[in-house]
Amino acid sequence: MDWGLFSAQFLNGLQLGVLLFLVAAGLTLVFGIMDFINLAHGSFIMIGAFICATLTEATGSFVVALLLAVPATFVVGLITERIVVRNLYLRDHLDHVLATYGLILIFNTATQLIWGPEGMVIPIPRWLDQPVDLIGGMQFPSYRIVIIAVGLALALGLYGVVNHTRLGMLIRAGASNREMVDAMGVDINKLFTIVFALGAAMAGLAGMLIAPISEASIGMGDQMIITAFVVIVIGGIGSIKAAFLGAMTVGMIDTLGRSYIDGILKLVMTGQNAETAAPALSSMLIYILMAVVLALRPQGLFPPKLS
Amino acid sequence: MTQAMLEITDLYKSFGGIAAINGVNLSVEQGEAHAIIGPNGAGKTTLIAQLSGEIMPDAGRITLQGRTITRLPMHARCHLGLARSFQITSIFREMTVLENVQLAVQAHQGNSFRFWRPARTDGALTGPALETVDAVGLGGRDGVLAANLSHGEQRQLEIAMALATGPRLLLLDEPMAGMGVEESARMVEILAGLKSEMTILLVEHDMDAVFALADRITVLVYGQPIATGTPQEIRGNDAVRAAYLGDED
Amino acid sequence: MTWAGLTVLLLLAIVPIWTEWADALFYRDLATRLIILAIAAVSLNLILGFGGMVSFGHAAFLGIGAYSVGIPAYYEVYSAYVQFPLAIGLSALFALVTGAISLRTRGVNFIMITMAFAQMVFFAFVSIEEYGGDDGLVIDVRSEFSGLFDIEDHVIFYYVCFAVLAASIYLVHRITRSRFGMVIEGAKLNERRMGAIGYPAYRYKLVCYVISGALCGLAGALLGNYEFFVSPSNIEWTKSGELIFMVVAGGTGHLFGPLFGVVSFLLIEEGLSRITIYWQILFGGLLVAFVLFAPGGIAGMLQRGERKS
Repeated sequence: MDWGLFSAQFLNGLQLGVLLFLVAAGLTLVFGIMDFINLAHGSFIMIGAFICATLTEATGSFVVALLLAVPATFVVGLITERIVVRNLYLRDHLDHVLATYGLILIFNTATQLIWGPEGMVIPIPRWLDQPVDLIGGMQFPSYRIVIIAVGLALALGLYGVVNHTRLGMLIRAGASNREMVDAMGVDINKLFTIVFALGAAMAGLAGMLIAPISEASIGMGDQMIITAFVVIVIGGIGSIKAAFLGAMTVGMIDTLGRSYIDGILKLVMTGQNAETAAPALSSMLIYILMAVVLALRPQGLFPPKLS
Repeated sequence: MTQAMLEITDLYKSFGGIAAINGVNLSVEQGEAHAIIGPNGAGKTTLIAQLSGEIMPDAGRITLQGRTITRLPMHARCHLGLARSFQITSIFREMTVLENVQLAVQAHQGNSFRFWRPARTDGALTGPALETVDAVGLGGRDGVLAANLSHGEQRQLEIAMALATGPRLLLLDEPMAGMGVEESARMVEILAGLKSEMTILLVEHDMDAVFALADRITVLVYGQPIATGTPQEIRGNDAVRAAYLGDED
Repeated sequence: MTWAGLTVLLLLAIVPIWTEWADALFYRDLATRLIILAIAAVSLNLILGFGGMVSFGHAAFLGIGAYSVGIPAYYEVYSAYVQFPLAIGLSALFALVTGAISLRTRGVNFIMITMAFAQMVFFAFVSIEEYGGDDGLVIDVRSEFSGLFDIEDHVIFYYVCFAVLAASIYLVHRITRSRFGMVIEGAKLNERRMGAIGYPAYRYKLVCYVISGALCGLAGALLGNYEFFVSPSNIEWTKSGELIFMVVAGGTGHLFGPLFGVVSFLLIEEGLSRITIYWQILFGGLLVAFVLFAPGGIAGMLQRGERKS
């Protein structure tokens, strides 16, 4: 058992998990509270990444750029909600799907118009990207650990906000009881806008964190959004906790699966076949898991308790 | 002693710790018209839902002509002869009256995996459907879109659809709901006409209708029957009076 | 609408003749693509427009169908009598398995799950290097209908596609009016009532889903032949979105709706792309505006009586 490989892949799984969580959290809140399905959520990943890339160039500091780009993405989410999304809450889900699909086209093309068709690279600051020694002798870039740390901190923070603050209470109440929120004198429209924009900011943060490793590119979020939906289905809709646990599960299975599936397959078939089948099968793993969850436990593995 | 049409034994159902159905024992005889009355929240809707198969009880048994149906899915019960109408009209609004009933007739006949012949002009469906349409007093209205019917006519269509499946036991959930005096009287006539052909179990608030139709009445309060008997017996029952009849018109 | 639809079909029937005469072969190729997409849209309309099942994963069937031509061709198996049954059969199987799971869900969940399954197929093909992976697979020889006709001839191929389209439309016409069609329509309108009158709606919806998938797989096989190429980009979820747009724009539930929807989509695509290479932003804007301002939205169109065909 190669512990070096395992610990590296374990950390990679965590990294994927927290990134998925950042994306899925906003999605599940928006869906759970406003019953709105937002395919364009992935666009905020891209927008956040590009804004951060530009600001990094402008300010010379990745961290400063991050701190500025997150609120900037929040604002983009705010504007999107006010102009388009809020008119759609009462509509059918098919309307949501088609309208947000249109939004994706708009966002992708607009990004291309502003930043050009090429992606943008964000250089990782040296002090963030040191090699770290793991058990088994493998080296792991510290930046990825930073991502994990940021993600976990945010998860904790979000959990705290949702469960221990007034805003969080309103969010939870808004999901099940709009009249009560209204009766408390809170403008439910404002609440929805904030939730939406918050989701956008988190997705943007995910994009900003991943961009230094890959790059900021057009449509980078569009694939991730579907994985985020898978996370929500597996975890259960409407709760941060379910999104977190679901994201971790998916992140782990996807990453570790890809590493070890050909090994597992080689136990039952020839090396040649295993090598052909492995990549296909490993990319299908999380969907197979989703299918199994749907078949056996359709409310998700960690569904929110009905209050 | 003929077998009961419907036998409910020790039925329990609770939601979130609150018992909606709290030990119901009831039997409905073949050919009788049995009414269930009770104040709001007594559990009547939950009872109907469990009888028709929309929700599963926590405990207890339901048998239809001796056959256990407690956990059978809705559509299977229908094929065993149990049909229901809904309290809130649940029809196919975008279809005509005839098409609504044809669908029900078709369900009863089986043969729905037919892909080629047009259904709407199929005599095997149209014949029985028109008969049922007439039987509920909607004769001549068969070409009208269900959404364009008056409320009373829609309630009649409700009954028609349940009838078209050829039931032995008809479960009626507040058939008079939302009807004016004249419409109610007409519905009572229609239902009275059905009594000879099948067993009826109905939930109702309209006391005039209940006393006109029912052979026996069961009073349900807080998920439990507190009295069962003929309309005379129920009228005279003090406990029932106190619990229920006093509140009604 | 039926008359307009038949007129369009008639016009399509004579396209190869006048494009030959007018030396405007580009339009014949465009029309071929239109026809193939229309077959896919007809298949989607069966479950979406008529049955109310919003599948966001229909591009998967196009992909499966196209690869059913491409992969055998890779091994130099060019016989259409192998490729086409494979396309239809595999698509039907995929529809059966994924439909069995997806149809247990409702509304948004159904949309997301069909999307996810299509993504699964997408990734599966991307990761098989042998068959081109991301770059796709070139199909150098079209399916051989030995003993019947040669679809390497563009005109013959055109009419084969046209025949399939006409047959599909007629098939859907019969299905939607049949007893089976009544059940599907009833399940869309009021599934609760369907259960109460004795229909296990799930079974019927699944059969409908399989028919739809199989037909779309057939369209996929034609698509692969048309493009002489197949790649995972056929299976991107944006393609599923385009299919939905085609179905919805043309008017769901109408027999010829998909045909008009494809015409609209291609007109928009062609027209807008002449204005600017950034036409997608205009298309997206149109889509958003359409949803915002069409009364009752697109779902309203779905629910309104589609009694025409």
